Amino acid sequence: MLPQLNLEIKIKGELLAELPQDLYIPPDALEVYLEAFEGPLDLLLYLIRKHNLDILDIPMAQLTAQYMAYVEKMKVIKLELAADYLLMSAMLIEIKSRMLLPKPTEIAEEDDPRAELVRRLMEYEAIKLAATRLDAMPQVGVDIMVAAAYYQHISEIKPPEVGLDELVGAWRSVLKRAKLITHHKIGKSELSVREHMSQILRRLKTDGMVEFSALFDQEVEVLAKLVVNFLAILELAKEGLIRMTQQQAFSPIYLQANVSG
Amino acid sequence: MQEPENIDQMKQVLEAALLTAGQPLSLDDMLKLFAGRMERTTLRMLLDEIKQDWNEKTLELVQVATGYRFQAKPQFSEFIARLSPERQPKYSRAVMETLAIIAYRQPVTRGDIEQIRGVAVNQNVMRQLQERDWIDVVGQREVPGRPSLYATTKHFLDDLNLRSLDELPTMDDFEQTEIPL
Repeated sequence: MLPQLNLEIKIKGELLAELPQDLYIPPDALEVYLEAFEGPLDLLLYLIRKHNLDILDIPMAQLTAQYMAYVEKMKVIKLELAADYLLMSAMLIEIKSRMLLPKPTEIAEEDDPRAELVRRLMEYEAIKLAATRLDAMPQVGVDIMVAAAYYQHISEIKPPEVGLDELVGAWRSVLKRAKLITHHKIGKSELSVREHMSQILRRLKTDGMVEFSALFDQEVEVLAKLVVNFLAILELAKEGLIRMTQQQAFSPIYLQANVSG
Repeated sequence: MQEPENIDQMKQVLEAALLTAGQPLSLDDMLKLFAGRMERTTLRMLLDEIKQDWNEKTLELVQVATGYRFQAKPQFSEFIARLSPERQPKYSRAVMETLAIIAYRQPVTRGDIEQIRGVAVNQNVMRQLQERDWIDVVGQREVPGRPSLYATTKHFLDDLNLRSLDELPTMDDFEQTEIPL
């Protein structure tokens, strides 16, 4: 069942009564039909080859008319896809009109306006054929099966060799590190409580009354330092150097230097 | 096992390595098998001999872009393929045409591809080819925007059973011929 379309297609002067069957695509399958062409060059090549037009002497009027007929249909269905095709329409019309213009005699040597289009068409045709050739070539996993005999890769775990020198060296570095650690520990305990006591006192002296929690900058301080800080407060209280007040249970605790003491 | 001392033992080591590799082994890979006690020329000679030895068997030793590999002789492929019923899906024409342009005109930019095909390059197409490790970016063209230059990889040649790009069918062969529609 062929569609009745209002298209007049002439091939070499002969009116084509009905669309050739291989061109017919049912309207609801138009998307498939659009995607059957890889672009305007592909469509043009199809038209040229299908109608046995001479690629080196393209009848522009004929080709443009046929091309436009396709693109018109395309525009209705899928506008975004048609952009590349519309550009080609413009190019075809431009070539056609340039061919119609009378050539001034002094630049009669001007190139055939179709030359660039023909060059592109031929280049595209070559690539298209190259693509089908590539596609037909044998491929690993499809036509070529690579041998892969099973082999259990057993990695023997060799214990690394150790000499006396390395052992001595290792022992030295252990000692070195141990020294650092003990030194560090001593420094910490020396620093801790008494120093924090003075710091707190100094702060109370400048700020007057300070809220208990304000003395603990939790985001910055490490846990050990917070503990030391707390011990320092307790120590200060014990020695009667500060006074702690609280209005009622769970309300903020305030610290003050014990001036009278 | 002792280090191989004669030709036969060396060939056995080579065969075992090639058969279990599952991918091409380069000459450098194979030299490692002999811990420096092997000359390149000797190695090539041994490989040639192995090739001969397997003439009448089911596998063949072939040289591709990245090295040597054993593969089933072509006549067995259709049987082996039956083991994996889910066949590799065919690439679309857009993918194959893009690949052809990169293979024959490399290095090319997306702009070059668009110029030849007359349509915009779909990002998906490039991604498919890159994921397959068939194409990669080899540089930028020194023009405004510094577009990436694409080329085919050695892996692409391996997969098509080729040693180099020269072995692709030449463009001249079909530049003037007509495409069957």
